[in-house]
Amino acid sequence: MAYIADKPTPPPSADELRARIPGWGADVDPKDRPAFPRERRDLDSGAHWNFPDRQPEIVPRERSIEHKFVTPVFGTAQPLAGLSGAIRRYAYARFSEGRAAHWLLLLAGDRVDAMESHARSLLTLHPDNPVTETGILSEFRRHPIRSRFGRNRADLSHTWLDPILVAGPWLLGGWVAVKVLRRLRGPR
Amino acid sequence: MKAMVYRGPYKVRVEEKPMPKIEHPNDAIVRVSLAAICGSDLHLYHGLMTDLRIGHTFGHEFIGVVEEVGSSVRNLKRGDKVMVPFNIYCGSCFFCARGLYSNCHNVNANATAVGGIYGYSHTAGGYDGAQAEYVRVPFADVGPSVIPDWLADEDALMLTDAYSTGYFGAQLGDIVQGDTVVVFGAGPVGLAAAQSSWLMGAGRVLVVDHLDYRLEKARTMAHAETLNFVEYDDIVVELKKQTDYIGADVAIDAVGAEADGNLLQHITGSKLKLQGGSPIALNWAIDSVRKGGTVSVMGAYGPIFSAVKFGDAVNKGLTLRMNQAPVKRQWPRLFEHIQNGYIKPSDMITHRIPLEHIAEGYHMFSSKLDDCIKTVVVPNAA
Repeated sequence: MAYIADKPTPPPSADELRARIPGWGADVDPKDRPAFPRERRDLDSGAHWNFPDRQPEIVPRERSIEHKFVTPVFGTAQPLAGLSGAIRRYAYARFSEGRAAHWLLLLAGDRVDAMESHARSLLTLHPDNPVTETGILSEFRRHPIRSRFGRNRADLSHTWLDPILVAGPWLLGGWVAVKVLRRLRGPR
Repeated sequence: MKAMVYRGPYKVRVEEKPMPKIEHPNDAIVRVSLAAICGSDLHLYHGLMTDLRIGHTFGHEFIGVVEEVGSSVRNLKRGDKVMVPFNIYCGSCFFCARGLYSNCHNVNANATAVGGIYGYSHTAGGYDGAQAEYVRVPFADVGPSVIPDWLADEDALMLTDAYSTGYFGAQLGDIVQGDTVVVFGAGPVGLAAAQSSWLMGAGRVLVVDHLDYRLEKARTMAHAETLNFVEYDDIVVELKKQTDYIGADVAIDAVGAEADGNLLQHITGSKLKLQGGSPIALNWAIDSVRKGGTVSVMGAYGPIFSAVKFGDAVNKGLTLRMNQAPVKRQWPRLFEHIQNGYIKPSDMITHRIPLEHIAEGYHMFSSKLDDCIKTVVVPNAA
């Protein structure tokens, strides 16, 4: 018990554990652990520069205001665009990472981006298809009943929320569109 | 090229995207042979990570073949078969110079608190990931390694994140011989952390989850004692009982932002995104570890605040240790453990799917269907 100096139930002996567990104790000496010590100056990273060459900044790149400058290498996957881009640009330009507003604006930008992108996709030959994109059609190949029920899964208590989270914005968007169209048409 | 793209929360598809280009003299373009879906990819899939732009390609666990190299690349050449750590890092900044490769300061313009990660939103640098036919690999002389001839492809793939992260998590626990270690989460990282705890000399290893098929894997692969928290009124009390009311010496959170076990925390943290994740597993770790013990955090959390029980951590005098794993530092020792037959990282793989079935892969993994633990994605170009 915790009320006396030693653990009442001692761990199994090293010999017993070594016989039962492959490799038991191979890294018992911290010196054999590659993350020890946490900070080391003797590692060869492969870098052959003091400061890396700078990647050309072809499009102006947003950055955290906690950085002195745009990092010498950066991702160019999806440049800022549209209303979501304006929200994100403001979040980066105005608020540091220490401010909740920074992250909440970025989350808001994500939701606006989703709406913009869904709307834009409707004008293309490859519109968003929530049925195929959610993978829901694969359910029947993956044992949906056996996987979920009779197994004490804790997540079943909130699974019902998932369809609402996926379909909710679509239904809400449709409802708003209908309301706007009716208002534009005016009273009859 | 074909690539997985994000289309909003819970929605992904395969699209044709432009081939990645050399954008920096030390870049390489890698043709992806195998990629994996990580548990942390689900945080993206569920829309939990900030600045996640529509059209982003996920995928930070991958191996492949070098297709093209930039003008300053010395250590790789076209045709080399490489394993690539999930960290993007320069190797020369203040942090990399100290071995903190996951905390590089030269690769993520969007955030100073986060390093660079392939396919993990603009908060992690804005790099497209490897659930695609090709991927841009920055700092090719620093991150990737040529896969040794003796190492199986799927073992190499698991070392690019999941297994290395679990191994690193066990090290963060500062385990001493005979310690009791409790691991929260029996996913790939938790399995690796449990197995690695034995390597560090643990006397007991307990794994907690709510999915029986994963706990079964923890028993067979990691030789651990297991507890399904659903079967207990209070898992913290049960863990105290099982440790003579002392508590575990070390607790490892291998769950992260989407932990189950408390409906309010889960809904506010994971569904409504009002927290940077639901810190249930982390709070259980804090409460079930002994006074003066160590909590190692491997689970991924978002950058927003979370309702963590910090007062308990202070009052118990805990040591909290955490970081994203500096993956490449782990490889030489893990190679030895594989060659000695102590570990077989690919044992955790349960599913293999073509890239075209990516929406199915995410849905299956997210919904925990078909006893899914780890899914490997095979792009066509391989």
